[in-house]
Amino acid sequence: MPVISYREALRHAMSEEIERDPNVVLMGEEVAQFNGAYKVSEGMLAKYGPQRIVDTPISEAGFIGMGVGAAMLGLRPVMELMFFSFYTVAFDQIFNNAANIRYMSGGLINCPIVLRGPANGGTNVGATHSHTPESIAAYHPGIKVVVPSNAYDAKGLMKSAIRDNDPVMFMENTILYGETMEVPDGEYLVPLGKANILRAGTDLSIIGHGRAIQMALKAADLLKEKHNINAEVVDLRSIRPLDEETILNSVKKTNRALYVEESKPFCSVGAMVAAIISDKAFDYLDAPVKRLTSIDSPAIYSMPLEKLQLPNVDRIYQAALETLK
Amino acid sequence: MTKKSAPAKKPEVAGYNARQAPINAKLGHDELIALYRDMVRIRRFEERCLRSYQQGKIGGFLHLYIGQESIAVGCVSVMGKHDHIITAYRDHGHALAVGMGMNEMMAENYGKYTGCSKGKGGSMHYFDPSRNFWGGHGIVGGQIPLGTGLAYALKYKGLKGAALAFMGDGAVNQGAVHESYNLAALMSLPVIFIIENNGYSMGTSQERSSAGPSLAQRAEGYGMNWDIIENGHDVLEVRDKVAAALKLAHEKSLPSVLEIRTYRYRGHSVADPDTTYRDKQEIEAYKATKDPLMVFQNSLLAEKVLTDDSIAKIDEAARAEAETSAQFAEASPFPSVEDIQKDVYWEADNPADRKSQGTLFFN
Repeated sequence: MPVISYREALRHAMSEEIERDPNVVLMGEEVAQFNGAYKVSEGMLAKYGPQRIVDTPISEAGFIGMGVGAAMLGLRPVMELMFFSFYTVAFDQIFNNAANIRYMSGGLINCPIVLRGPANGGTNVGATHSHTPESIAAYHPGIKVVVPSNAYDAKGLMKSAIRDNDPVMFMENTILYGETMEVPDGEYLVPLGKANILRAGTDLSIIGHGRAIQMALKAADLLKEKHNINAEVVDLRSIRPLDEETILNSVKKTNRALYVEESKPFCSVGAMVAAIISDKAFDYLDAPVKRLTSIDSPAIYSMPLEKLQLPNVDRIYQAALETLK
Repeated sequence: MTKKSAPAKKPEVAGYNARQAPINAKLGHDELIALYRDMVRIRRFEERCLRSYQQGKIGGFLHLYIGQESIAVGCVSVMGKHDHIITAYRDHGHALAVGMGMNEMMAENYGKYTGCSKGKGGSMHYFDPSRNFWGGHGIVGGQIPLGTGLAYALKYKGLKGAALAFMGDGAVNQGAVHESYNLAALMSLPVIFIIENNGYSMGTSQERSSAGPSLAQRAEGYGMNWDIIENGHDVLEVRDKVAAALKLAHEKSLPSVLEIRTYRYRGHSVADPDTTYRDKQEIEAYKATKDPLMVFQNSLLAEKVLTDDSIAKIDEAARAEAETSAQFAEASPFPSVEDIQKDVYWEADNPADRKSQGTLFFN
């Protein structure tokens, strides 16, 4: 099986869908001539031409709204936000228009748009460029939210997102773009809303999404090595729809849960998952559900400090031990 | 359509007579009467809405179109099969003009299941994609990027159509509008941005809200064609000027900005007591000389297209249609509690075709 990067997996997914469906178009700042600010779309302009790979001006409210309007009329635009953080500039277009159009039209209209780009900290770009808005996005009924943590999922989820008839916010990660793994050639789909058990275990469920869950795998290795603790690691992959069944089955088996994510703690995805667990699996719990997030402040610039602000292997390892006390 | 560099007010073409413009000269009696009837229907519908609002049957906001009827009717009357339309929250006139029925509209205002959006949108959010009508949008200027996207999709698909994206004069200072202008000009999109300038963005007059000599002239900054329709109360002038912009969009895929001068008789919404920002004399003066129904009626009477008798019949029929719609709305059921969570996700509404898994709703 070929070993490819997360970035290449995304490119393969978009390329396959562009070839499959004439209504799919990739649009965004620097996606075409510049080959993508993070090279996700590298070579796509040369291959598919300017009708399918479209550069936009720095004008997020304008071009995201334009994509929403085009989606209403049957296109399947894939809109790249150079940084997902720039969604703030297009907030009205995303959450008033894309999210609500089906509802306010009584189901007459749907909006098959994908908004994608990197949503992560850890690259010393400061608070404006480091937003992790998955819980803000998922708060809005009508929106779907996907956060792949590896190349295989990135490809399969992207293909599903493009074919989805609802608006999907697809949050990538600049630090993961270069991470490689075995990814099969050609067609496969990963459905939205299906969590993935990355590591089976019996003593503790470490649940999470995005890059943090990859760190959780390393923390799980340490727990095994140092304490003979068998942690189960569950990657949600999709925030909305949410795979409640896999979460609850895991917790019912291990009786302890730790949620890990890069977001800030207030109203985070972990907060929602903790509420669901306490609501539906309270009797199975041997300890309170613990959450491990970024330290609650805007993203700090200072390089060594940002590493400490974000979840890291040691912080996850320590949080797991506290859950097991 | 010309590119102009200076004055806010475009010079009148000497001897211009909208009735003699080719697009209007060819109109037969039936077509002229249909234009008049549609304007009357809008006004009677709006008046009936006001009564229902005062009776407490309609909730929230009600933005009446009275005084501006010539614009929606004139614009829609020159649209072709592949032309699309989108507007803001003062949307009743456009909805009637594209052919939506009073029943479904009034029922929507009443929050009933038989409404055009099943009671989920309300007065500000009408939609009928089967008639190329894409709303009905509540946030000032927020619909303009969508209209630009409709034009993008038309061009992408190679269809000979255009998007008419309506806004009020209060929208022109929103960033999303300027971003749309830039995208439309940059990408040569077949979109016509139509500013219905009724002089007031809610209670703030144009001179208190918008810098520069005119609203349409801002198009020059984007190298876009623009025009001002001074006599927005004249349905025939609206038709002629909008048809010219449509031709440019259809044949050359070029965008335009049209500013249509008009006036609203009622407050911004029915909740506006209309006592703080203009005096009654101003309203009465406009009504006395430029009322779009009266002006058109007089010219059709002079042409003997209408008679006192036919005018009365048209009016009576429109009043009856509006009254029937109120009865229909009154008799219709409200949506059910189960309906609250329908029409949120396409996938949830089409479970047989659902590809995703997991929970979509959290209560």
